[in-house]
Parts: sequence; C-alpha cells; structure tokens
Amino acid sequence: MSDQNQPQPETGPSAAAQVIEPWNLRESYTYDRRAIAEIRRAANTGIYRIRGWGAKRELPTLDDLVFLGASMSRYPLEGYREACGTDITIGEDRAENPVKLDIPITIAGMSFGSLSANAKEALGRGASEMGTSTTTGDGGMTPEERGHSSKLVYQYLPSRYGMNPDDLRKADAIEVVVGQGAKPGGGGMLMGQKITERVAQMRTLPEGIDQRSACRHPDWTGPDDLEIKIIELREIVGHRVPIYIKVGAARPYYDTALSVKAGADAVVVDGMQGGTAATQDVFIEHVGIPTIAAIPEAVRALQDLGVHRQVKLIAAGGIRSGADVAKAIALGADAVSIGTAALIAIGDNDPQYESEYNKLGTKAGFWEDFQAGNDPAGITTQDPALASRLDPIIGGRRLANYLKVLSVEAQTLARACGKSHITNLEPEDLAALTVEAAAMAKVPLAGTGWIPGATD
Amino acid sequence: MSTIDLAETTLRELNRTLQSASTGSFRVTNPRGAHAVAAGLNSDIEVEIDGPVGYYCAGMHQVGSVTVRGNASTGLAENIMSGTVRITGNATMSAGATGHGGLVVVEGNAGARCGISMKGVDIVVGGNVGHMTGFMAQAGNLVVLGDAAADLGDSIYEANIFVRGAIESLGSDCIEKEMTDDNFAVLERLLTASGLTARTDEFRRFGSARQLYNFAVDDIDAELANNGKASV
Repeated sequence: MSDQNQPQPETGPSAAAQVIEPWNLRESYTYDRRAIAEIRRAANTGIYRIRGWGAKRELPTLDDLVFLGASMSRYPLEGYREACGTDITIGEDRAENPVKLDIPITIAGMSFGSLSANAKEALGRGASEMGTSTTTGDGGMTPEERGHSSKLVYQYLPSRYGMNPDDLRKADAIEVVVGQGAKPGGGGMLMGQKITERVAQMRTLPEGIDQRSACRHPDWTGPDDLEIKIIELREIVGHRVPIYIKVGAARPYYDTALSVKAGADAVVVDGMQGGTAATQDVFIEHVGIPTIAAIPEAVRALQDLGVHRQVKLIAAGGIRSGADVAKAIALGADAVSIGTAALIAIGDNDPQYESEYNKLGTKAGFWEDFQAGNDPAGITTQDPALASRLDPIIGGRRLANYLKVLSVEAQTLARACGKSHITNLEPEDLAALTVEAAAMAKVPLAGTGWIPGATD
Repeated sequence: MSTIDLAETTLRELNRTLQSASTGSFRVTNPRGAHAVAAGLNSDIEVEIDGPVGYYCAGMHQVGSVTVRGNASTGLAENIMSGTVRITGNATMSAGATGHGGLVVVEGNAGARCGISMKGVDIVVGGNVGHMTGFMAQAGNLVVLGDAAADLGDSIYEANIFVRGAIESLGSDCIEKEMTDDNFAVLERLLTASGLTARTDEFRRFGSARQLYNFAVDDIDAELANNGKASV
C-alpha cells in the first residue's frame, strides 16, 4: 500500500501535531477544524448530523489492559497441542434447545434495510461456517437471512417492524432489545434513500420516508412488565429457545441485575463504541459509557445475584481483535458480539474504492455515511447496482477467516495464561496501563496492587 | 366444548393444549388475571375465557377467535396477525399494540396507547380511549365510539382513526380528515363486525398531516451556488 493510502487524521489537536504548519499559525484546541466544520455544517443545513458507525472520539479501551501471562507461579499451555475450549452454551437452564456456539464471538443485530441482502447473506455464511450466530435487526427476518444462518437470533425491538410469530418460532434465540450502545435511549433511523419498496413493505411504512423508529417498547414500561413479556414470549415459542436482553451501556450494574430479574438467559451489554446504521452524531458521541467500563459492572451484578457464568454475559462495542475478545472474557463476559468489525471484514471502507469515497468527500477508512444508501462497497445500501459489488460467498469467506483469527488469537492469550478454556480467563490475569483503565476495569495498575476506588 | 380450569391447570398446559389443537371450542375458567392466556394461537379454534385476564392475553394471535368475558390488562392481542379477539369489559394500556391484521373489539373502555404502532389491525372500542391512542399508528383502522383522551394519533402514519365522541387533543402531526365513501364503507363494515351499534355519520376521521415523514434539510450554500442568491 502506498503512503497515499495511509489515512491521516484530518483535523483536531492530534492532527495538528502531525501536520506541519507554519510556526506563526496556531489552531485552537477548543475551536479546532472539526469543531469549525461542524458549526458551518449546522449553519448551512439546519439539521443535526446523522451518520453511521459508533463513537469516533478517543476513549478508554481494552487496549489499556495487558495479560500477565504464566511464569513461575502458574504454567502455560502448549500453543499448538493442548486443548483450549472456546464453546459456550446459552439458555441450558430454561430453554429446551439452548444455543450452542463453537466460538464466543457472535454477529450483532443489523437489519435488512440498513444492510443489503448480500451483506446479510455474507454475515450468515461466515458465522455459520464458524459455528456462531447472526442476529436480525430492526426490520424483521428475511428468508435469505434465515436460510444462510445456521443459528439466528431474532431481535424483538420497540418498533416491531416485520414482527410476526412465525418468524419468532423459526428463531434459535430471541433478543429483546432495550437499548444499543451507539444510542442508549434512542430508536433506530433509516433514511428515505434506503426505504425501498421491499423495505417499506416489510416495515409497513410509506416508501421514501425518513424512518425514526420507536425508542421504547409499545406494551411494557419497566422491568416488572418485561418479566411478564418474557413469560409471553416463552409461551409463544413453547419454551424452546433462550431469551436475551440487550442494553446499551448506561447503568450496567442495575440494567444487568434487572435483566436477570426479568428472566433473561443472556444479557448483551453494548458499550458506546458500538456501531449503528444511522443516528444523530451527538447521540453516538455523548451518550453511554465505554465497553471497558461496562463489563465489570455487569459482571458484578451477575456475581451479586449468584448467576455469573449461568446467565450469560455478551459484551459488545468496539471489539476488533482476539485480544479484545480475550480481555472482555477475562473481565467476566462469556462471549462478545461484533458488528462494525464484521462489516469491515466483508469489505466496508475497502481502499479499492478510494476514488469513489473521494467523490463522496471522504476517504476509505473514514467513511461513515451508512445512512446515505450510496455505500461504494455495496454493504449499507439498497441500491441493486452497488449491492451487487459484494459477493456474498467471498464476503462470507472473509468473515469466517476473520472470526477464525479472533478465536485463535483469544486462545493464544488464554493458553499463555494457562487456561484450558477461554472462559477460565479472569481479572487476576490482567493489569491496567492507565489509572483510568485500572479504575474502570477494576484490575491493578501494572506494577502495583492499586485499583483506584477499590474499598479493601 | 372442552373446559380448561386454570385453577387446576398450569398456564403452560393450557397454552400447549390451545396451541396444538387444530379445531374445536374451548372454555377457560378461573383465569384470575393470569398473564399470556391463549397467547400464540395459530389454528381455527374458538376460545372463551370466563373472567379477567392479565397482560398479553391472546398475544400474537394468528387464527381463530378469543373472547374474554371480563377485563384485560396491558397488551391485549398485542401484535395480532389475523383472527378476532373480543373482550366484554375494559382493556388497560396498549390494547392491540403493533397488530398487523385481524380484529380486536373492546366493548368497554381502552386505556392509554390503544393501537400504538398498529400495522394493519382493525380495532373497535365501544367506550372511551386513553391518552396517546394510535401513537405512531402505521396502518389499519381504529374506531372509537366514545371519547378520546389527549394526544390522539401522535406521530401517526397511514392508519385511520374514527372517533364518535369528544377529542381532548390531537397529537403531533395528527389532523382531522374528510370522510370519504371508502371510509364510510370501512366504518360500516367494522361496526357490523364488532356488533356495536352506531351511525357512521356521527364519526370524524383523523390521520397524518405527513409533516414528519421527512427531515426538513436546508442548504444555503447550494442555493447560493445555483442562484447567486438565497431566499429569505
């Protein structure tokens, strides 16, 4: 790859440090180029910025943690020889058919509508090859998606677009969506360009409208109601499949505790780095807490209720690598969920479309306008010509390869810590590189025994 | 007709029996406010429930008919796909929520958010409806023989709301619309189907002003570039 293709920060103090400016020019830290551009954009259009992707600002991440590895006091496992399990089972206590995953990495909910049919197929193919699940989104289940996913989680959302009991009975699990990391407290959006005839029909909406989905469920108002809702869902599917509750990371201790109380078999906690197909930028960047801060609080709730590792915790939001997978699990999650990374794996922001990104006023690696429907990579679009650029079979292979790498990387780290199953990783295997990460993850600052805020 | 006594039968046994029956009539006694009674029915059976039910009675109903002789709590016939659900008493909030088809008849009053996000169902309420009835209603018809509380039809899409009594207030983007011949015919059909009596010419129709369908987006720079000046 030539230097030209290496993305450079476009604006902001970090960019100013890298771009050589004449010595007499001083960029404001407060009113940097990004802030000025946004003020000008708002003044021109009179509408808030709507975009896809998740939080782009600098946040504390799992990168701020390291594994300690084995040494004198514990011994590692042979990397290529000794078993290190990665399978997990969800819902064995209450569901006749629990969900059995070969790897602890699932594909997060993304709707047909926000994604093309080919993209949904690619996700289904890749996940199925690796023995893990995909998830529907705010728009119902398509036959293509059901057909290409060996394990499909059906989302039960506030809008109930396309919701029907036949699809519910076809699902391998049901995920009641209370919130999403990119926008805890907000509903989905789908701009008119993507509300084609088929999408409009599936959602019972007029074609071409700017859809703003409901942000709260129409027939329950709190955890006590939700408990009854879950009884109803179990009755309708004959208690066959597990029920998850997904929350955006806001108050993870209480949200997790109340999810357990409501009867969830798994709780999905989605940190603020979690992506979206379209939401207000102000929502994406300013609501919710980072994944590293959310996981330990959710785990604490499960432990206080005595159900840790029984009610499963699926962590999401900014998971990119096997290191992220292993760290999330060491903090106490049972599995992770990926959305943005899965899209990148199948071809989102592919540098081969650099000139087309340029025409849209952006660059490969920076493109975030999933709402616009003109995705050069053919993933977040309903335009048949663009959508045909994504070969679902090749996309599926790429995703399977990527999931394989995540899984093997996570195993590598688990073996290095002497663990014969990935969920045997624990906070004791970790140290933090920053005071913030130590406080949020509740593991000691590296080289010390100090966990800021710990009471004993 | 088979009788199932909920004082002696578990909810699971009741629903399993109803869900696996292909024909026939069933009478359910002693419901005593149980939740999810007769949820997920998918065959052409008739179910009569003698007494009050809790949340989500006849939830996601697909085929056949369910009649409740009493009151129903939250989410009566939520997400109904087709078939008929009728109650002789009152329904609390979110009756017929998100229903895609079929008919829901509430002979008494319905509480808040009746017909919220309805997607094609027909709902007939003999009495009054609570606040935010028809909130974000997408398709279908909601008929109210009594009065409607505040914020009727807030953010409504293409559903029709017919009200005979007084309206406390309309919600955002909901306006009164002319009664067309088609509307009179639909109303006549639904009144007949519901067995409730009223004259169609006593109803007013409410629907979407369609002002919230798309974002209002300005572009001063484009105007200047194209016209050399911008409108004020």
